[in-house]
Amino acid sequence: MELIPFYFLAALGVIAALGVVMLRNPVYSALCLAVVFVSLAGLYVLLSAPFLAAAQVMIYAGAILILFVFVIMLLSPGSDPLKEELKWQRPLAVIFGVALVAQLALVIALAVLPPTRGPFTPELIAQIGSTQAVGASLFTDFLLPFEITSLLLLVAIVGVIVLAKKRQ
Amino acid sequence: MMLTVNHYIILSAILFSIGAVGVLMRRNPLIMFMSIELMLNAVNLAFVGFSRYLQSIDGQVFVFLILTVAAAEVAVGLAIIVALFRTRQTVNVDEANTLKG
Repeated sequence: MELIPFYFLAALGVIAALGVVMLRNPVYSALCLAVVFVSLAGLYVLLSAPFLAAAQVMIYAGAILILFVFVIMLLSPGSDPLKEELKWQRPLAVIFGVALVAQLALVIALAVLPPTRGPFTPELIAQIGSTQAVGASLFTDFLLPFEITSLLLLVAIVGVIVLAKKRQ
Repeated sequence: MMLTVNHYIILSAILFSIGAVGVLMRRNPLIMFMSIELMLNAVNLAFVGFSRYLQSIDGQVFVFLILTVAAAEVAVGLAIIVALFRTRQTVNVDEANTLKG
């Protein structure tokens, strides 16, 4: 029942992710990245996390991607140069990537997942609402990390202003 | 055949590896940055998958925090790339090989 949308979104996400890495023009890479973000938002809906799906589309596909496209337009870097500093780097990267997939697949195949189950069944989340469930946890159990995150955002704002300022 | 947590974790592993290969392979810092975002998203997917499997909401809260950190990271990183381009007139990481440039 859920398998068809899962395989559709997974195939879309993997193809678009390969596009991000393979395409030479950064604008096309950014557009592929948008497809990856939206397909992951769809997967979050399948995982009964609609709040995160909305946040994913708003923050990643909205804010972060706009920032990327803005910088690409600002710099207009063109395509990658064909000349390579290190000739063996590309094949080695692919070999390492395949090895990483194999290693992770092996670990996942051998892993024994814990049987402990919490109280948040999909039915309960649907009943109280995904946003309420995340919000209640965020403002009780995770209050300190939440506040530290706001501090991090402040530091990021100050850092970006310092970096973007013209040197005297 | 049922949709299990392993489906999501394997998809997450594939996306993470594609992102890692992108960081190793590309010389354009913008695309390397996009690959890092890809890796963050893959980890987010694993978090939400395990959150569903363990029937706990904690994984979703982590994803929310990672989302915020990613936004801050992109803002600072792109500012660094713009500053690099301003001083060196290029966006190739092989050219950016001196400190205090």
